[in-house]
Amino acid sequence: MADRRRWADLAGLSPFLLYVAIFLGAPTVVLAVGAFRGPDGWTLENLHAAFTGVYGDAFVVSTELSLISAVISAVVGLAVAFVIAAAPEEGPLRQVVSTASGVLANFGGVPLAFAFIAAFGPVGMVTRWLSTNGVDISSFSLHLFDLSGLVVVYLYFQIPLMVLVILPALEGLRPQWVEAARSLGSSRWQYWRLVGGPLLFPPFAGALLLLFANSFASYATAAALTSGSIPLVPIQIGQVMSGNVAAGQENVGKALGLGAIVLVALAMGGYGWAQRKTTRWLR
Amino acid sequence: MTRRKVFGGVFLALVGLYFLLPLAAAIEFSLRDVGDTHSLEVWKTLFQQDGFVTNLLTSLKLALGTVALTLLIMVPTVTLIHLRMPQFRRTMEAICVLPLAIPAVVLANGVFVAFQGAPPWLNGTPVILCLEYVVLSLPFTYRALDAGLSAIPVVALVEASRTLGGGWATALLRVVVPNLRTAILNVSILAAALALGEFTLASLLLMDTLPVWTVSAGQSNGAVATAASMLILIVSWVLLLVMSVLSRRRSRTPRRSR
Repeated sequence: MADRRRWADLAGLSPFLLYVAIFLGAPTVVLAVGAFRGPDGWTLENLHAAFTGVYGDAFVVSTELSLISAVISAVVGLAVAFVIAAAPEEGPLRQVVSTASGVLANFGGVPLAFAFIAAFGPVGMVTRWLSTNGVDISSFSLHLFDLSGLVVVYLYFQIPLMVLVILPALEGLRPQWVEAARSLGSSRWQYWRLVGGPLLFPPFAGALLLLFANSFASYATAAALTSGSIPLVPIQIGQVMSGNVAAGQENVGKALGLGAIVLVALAMGGYGWAQRKTTRWLR
Repeated sequence: MTRRKVFGGVFLALVGLYFLLPLAAAIEFSLRDVGDTHSLEVWKTLFQQDGFVTNLLTSLKLALGTVALTLLIMVPTVTLIHLRMPQFRRTMEAICVLPLAIPAVVLANGVFVAFQGAPPWLNGTPVILCLEYVVLSLPFTYRALDAGLSAIPVVALVEASRTLGGGWATALLRVVVPNLRTAILNVSILAAALALGEFTLASLLLMDTLPVWTVSAGQSNGAVATAASMLILIVSWVLLLVMSVLSRRRSRTPRRSR
C-alpha cells in the first residue's frame, strides 16, 4: 500500500520531469554530444578549435569584460548598499533604492542598448548637450560600441544586482557586534578587519562570481548595441548559429557553448556555496 | 559623522545620475521631431509602423502562454512536493536553478539543433519560444512557490479539505491556490516580463517578436526603435512595480488568525 502510494507520488512528478527533460535536458545533451562529434565520429577537434584562435580570443575578451564589469559593480554596489544600510529601514531612501534595484537588475537587452545610444550615441542627448556647451565627446561616443562602452552599459544591470545580493548580508551585521567589539576596546578598523570583513567576505566573493556569470552569459545587450562587432563568446555562438561563418563550424559552436556552460556553472556553483555559508549567520 | 553623510549623499546622487540619464535620454530621443523641436509624433505613428501591431500581439500572446503553462506545470508539482515528498525539495531546487547555469544563447543553440526535425507547428512558430520561456522562468518560479507554500500549513489545509469530502482538484484549486495568490501573482508578473522582453532566443531562432522587431527597426529609424523599447520597458516596469507594492503591502499587514 505504502509502495503504491509512493509510485503514485512519483507519477505526479512525471509531467514536470518529462517537461524539463525535453525542453532543457535534450537541448543541453544534444549540444554536449555535438561538441565531441566530427565528420568521422568522435573527436576533440571542436574543443581544440573553441579554445584557440579567434574563438580562444573570444573567451579572453568575454572574461575580460565580465571580470572588469563584475569588479566595478561589486565595489560600487557594495558602497551603495553601505550608504543604504545606514539609512532608516522604513525610510523612503531605502524603499526606493531596493525597489529600483529589483526592477533595474532585470533591465537588460534591447531597451538598455537603445537607452544608452539615445544618451551617449553620436546624436544622443548628452552628446548634443555637451557639444553645445563646448565639450566634444564624439570620440567617446564611438567607444560606446566597443568593449569599454559595453563595460559601462553592463554596469547598469550589474550594480543593482549587487545591491540586491549584498544588502541582506549588510543588514545581517548586528549592531550588537560593533558594540561588543567597541566595549572590548577595538577601533573601527579592527572591527572591520577582524569581525565585519571576515563575515562579509563569503557573500562578497559569491556576489562577484554571480556578477561574473551574469555578464559572461549576456547576449542580448551586446548583440543589440554592437550588432556583433565585439567578439564575445555569446556573440560568436550566435554568429555560428546564424551561419555567418565558414561552413562546417556548427560543432565548434556547440563546443563554445559547452565551454560557456562549464564556466558559468562553476561561477554559479561558487555563488551558491558562498550563499549557503552566509545564511548560517544571517537572520 | 555629518561629513560622512554628505559624502554618502553625493555618491548616491552621482550613481542615481548614471541610472537616470539613459532613461531621460531615451524619452527625449523618442519625442524628437524635425529640427530641434519635440512632439508626440513618433509615438503617434508607432502603431502604424509596418509589423508593429502584429509583433506586439505575438509578444503579448507569448507572455500569456508562458504564464499559463508555467502555473499549470509548477503549481501542482511544487504543491505535491510539499505535501508528500518534502525530501525531494533539495533535488527539485537543484533542477530548477539549472537554467541559471546555461546561458540563453547556448540554450538557443541547443534548441535549434535538438528540434530541427520537429513538426513545423513546434519549431516554426513562437510555440517553441513559449515552451522555452517556461524553462527560463523555472528559477524564480520555484523560489516564489516554495516560499509561498512554506508560509502556509499546506498539509493541514489539504487534509481538512479532504476530510470534508473534497477531491484533490478541489483541494488544489479552492484551498491551495487561494492561499498562494501572492506567490502566484509574483510568478505571473516575472514570467510575463521575461516573455515580453526576451531577445536572445527569439532572434536566434528567427521568430518575430516585439524586441526582435525593435532591433531591426532601429537600423532604419532610431526614434521609432527607442519608442518601442521604451514601451516594452514601461509595460514590464509597471508590472514589476505592481508586484513589489502588492507583496510589500501584504507582508506588512499582519495576518489575521482564524
